[in-house]
Amino acid sequence: MKTLEELKAIREKMQGQIGLRSEDSEKTRVVVGMATCGIASGARPVLTALSDAVQSKNLSNIAVTQTGCIGLCQYEPIVEVMEPGKDKITYVKMTPEKALEVVEQHLIRGQVVSKYTISSEGRL
Amino acid sequence: MMTEISLNVLDVAQNSIEAGASHIIIDIKADHKEDYLKIVISDDGYGMTDSQLAKVDDPFYTTRTTRAIGLGVPFFKYGAEMTGGTFTIVSEAGKGTEVTAAFVLSHIDRMPLGDITSTMLSLITCNENIHFIYSYSVDGRCFTLDTKEFREILGDISFQEPEVSNFIKEYLQDHKDEVDQGEYI
Repeated sequence: MKTLEELKAIREKMQGQIGLRSEDSEKTRVVVGMATCGIASGARPVLTALSDAVQSKNLSNIAVTQTGCIGLCQYEPIVEVMEPGKDKITYVKMTPEKALEVVEQHLIRGQVVSKYTISSEGRL
Repeated sequence: MMTEISLNVLDVAQNSIEAGASHIIIDIKADHKEDYLKIVISDDGYGMTDSQLAKVDDPFYTTRTTRAIGLGVPFFKYGAEMTGGTFTIVSEAGKGTEVTAAFVLSHIDRMPLGDITSTMLSLITCNENIHFIYSYSVDGRCFTLDTKEFREILGDISFQEPEVSNFIKEYLQDHKDEVDQGEYI
């Protein structure tokens, strides 16, 4: 059973490393749409997969967050990747498996996975 | 359509976040003897005026500008009423909102509670500036998580730090298992 004592131990351990963390403005933001449309189409497992992957691969310059309805409900679950100084990339109809590909190809190697982006839908 | 009550909780809690809440209380209580599963989500956000409140379960009413339909509250309401349960919203402009959905626990049409641990983890780690109080109880066994306690221990360390969010996930899951004794509610 996890207790708050363990959280204190985590803090003790981490305080020495504070200087190593990057500033928020340099971070890449990965945003998952979490309104009714997103949630009903499966956004929560996508968000969980992204958070787990970013953590297990120690990608400390990436912040995974959530937002409301982006206005493209038919393309949910939607994941937006915002890298500082670059155009926003919008991935549509995501699944946990596709999200892991995006982590590997885009977030780690810097190659946009164009088969999943909104422009691949051909109607926009 | 939502397939789990925990997804409705995530969805309705997003409304609290959109309403600028700084405190959100999520209370889940199941009782086999009394045969109910009751979910209460209350916040100190903007609240709603009486005229907004009157239209809240109308799917064709929404305050959003990105689309004309709002299904979050209707889904939750019909999910509860379908089991013979009840659904109420109490709200006051400037004060906050309280949503209560009571399900009949044993009803065949009741959705499962589902993965409430994932719902709470994503709410807590993605909204660090919001103070969450979450409680989960089954037949009198109760667990309460208060993110203020986490914040006091952690100082300025983010909930998104891998070790911290991992801790929160296991903390949620361990206590959930203790409360419902592994039962799939």
